[in-house]
Amino acid sequence: MSETAMAGGPRRLQIWRGDLTGGELVDYELETEPGMVVLDAVLEIQRSQAPDLAVRWNCKAAKCGSCSAEVNGRPRLMCKTRLDHLPADQPITVEPMRAFPPIRDLVTDVSWNYRVNKQITPFTARENLKPGVEINEKGEFLIDQADTDRMSEFRKCIECFMCQDVCHILRDHRMHNRYYGPRFMMRMASLDMHPLDGVDRLDQIADEGGIGLCNITKCCTEVCPEGIHITDNAIIPMKERIVDQRHDPLLKLLGRTPNKGRRKPPPRTETPEL
Amino acid sequence: MTTVATPPRRFGATMRRDRWWVQPVLVVTSLTLFGVYTIIHAIVSKYYAITAGGAHLQSPMFSPDLPGIIQFHTSLPWAFLVLWAPLGLRSTCYYYRKSYYRSFFLAPPSCAVAGVARRKYTGETKFPLVLNNMHRVFFYFAVIVIGFLWYDAIRGLFYHGSFGIGVGNAIMFINVFCLSAFTFGCNSWRHLIGGKLNCFSCTPTAQTRHSAWKKVSILNGHHMQWAWISMFTVWGTDVYIWLVSSGAFSDPHHVF
Ligand code: SF4
Ligand code: SF4
Ligand code: FES
Repeated sequence: MSETAMAGGPRRLQIWRGDLTGGELVDYELETEPGMVVLDAVLEIQRSQAPDLAVRWNCKAAKCGSCSAEVNGRPRLMCKTRLDHLPADQPITVEPMRAFPPIRDLVTDVSWNYRVNKQITPFTARENLKPGVEINEKGEFLIDQADTDRMSEFRKCIECFMCQDVCHILRDHRMHNRYYGPRFMMRMASLDMHPLDGVDRLDQIADEGGIGLCNITKCCTEVCPEGIHITDNAIIPMKERIVDQRHDPLLKLLGRTPNKGRRKPPPRTETPEL
Repeated sequence: MTTVATPPRRFGATMRRDRWWVQPVLVVTSLTLFGVYTIIHAIVSKYYAITAGGAHLQSPMFSPDLPGIIQFHTSLPWAFLVLWAPLGLRSTCYYYRKSYYRSFFLAPPSCAVAGVARRKYTGETKFPLVLNNMHRVFFYFAVIVIGFLWYDAIRGLFYHGSFGIGVGNAIMFINVFCLSAFTFGCNSWRHLIGGKLNCFSCTPTAQTRHSAWKKVSILNGHHMQWAWISMFTVWGTDVYIWLVSSGAFSDPHHVF
């Protein structure tokens, strides 16, 4: 890395201050150190200039998913975004995630995501697991490495909800009551691919989940700090499974229905509204 | 500057500072030019094969060679009878869908950039876009076309029955290779070959399908690149054949 790329020096930040009723970008000047990240700068401003600035953070190691914000217009983890990677000749804008209601300043109310999550039936083992192959005498589940590999990518999710934030269905069209969003499409995909799971969630993925609204424009994949291939490895495979069930003329002719033997999940209790 | 908490619905509204519009502009330009060029050549319906000196190099836009193979002769632009399969594959392809939804439909034009305001957004749930779910059907037909393209490339190596090799042959092989890499990296194919299974380890067949799935996944990881590369190789091959067969220059080759 070149010397200038590491450089600190004076920088100007424009931080969104406000709440549900409205807000504005407020200018702050500060002296930065080499290697600083946006969160450092924001916390320094909070310490020295604006003690009432609300910001949520926790691990400062890109692992807790708390410090999601929009830096120069793009969803980013503040703790993972270095100042020297942002154009030096312009102020840095820091705004809260736009897809969720702001509580104050950079803190948004992401509880809608937890309500969506509650609508998904968790892992429920199939009834007829083969003893010694799928379950041992102690009642522990047995799974081959080949089968866990595909799902383990989805386990990397830190629930930063930036994929939800950037998804235009939620962000622009505000269809929070019609689409669960990429993070939960992924959770449902991981359950649907589970070899020991016994619940058929495909109708939910298609109907209440609203996967048909996703137009695979991949912004979720672009912003995911964990580099999860949300669209290619979770959403498209689920779209294909729904094609198997609902659209494929050949399979219809042959009368082949996938997910045979899986139970329907209990009816959902609510449509999560924002 | 006062901003509202929810993003403004004005088209193009964004706080992004980078040149996010470059990509949509490039996509619109190249897809439009490719589409227009293909339609023009299909309508012209001439100069699609190099036949001088016993050669037979058939343009991929005119394959399978209906007049040659099944003696289907017409003065109408017959290429449309074969073009629908590869063009259908491309226009329902998950990658191309992404690129035209972004660049032509502006839904969204780029990430965190507001798209054009729509009264009601329905994604791929309503006619006609719901038909994109028929992608795998186009895949089946496109695979048949790929078979003919390999046949064309191999046939091109024989000049009046004797083996020969030249620039045109190389172009044909590069093109069919790239097209195969594109076609067999298809997301629907990835699903059908193994992605639809929940248990990769349960049966020997499932294990075989798992290893096939892994290979397709590698190609699929570069599906966008192969989509563009193969589009340009098809285009380039066709231009080359058009130029040579119309007499602009001759195809350098050596017959053994
Ligand atoms: S690919 Fe689908 S889920 Fe992901 S951001 Fe785009 S529309 Fe939303
Ligand atoms: S999938 Fe990625 S972007 Fe979405 S919540 Fe998880 S870590 Fe964040
Ligand atoms: S050809 Fe691109 S997804 Fe099938």
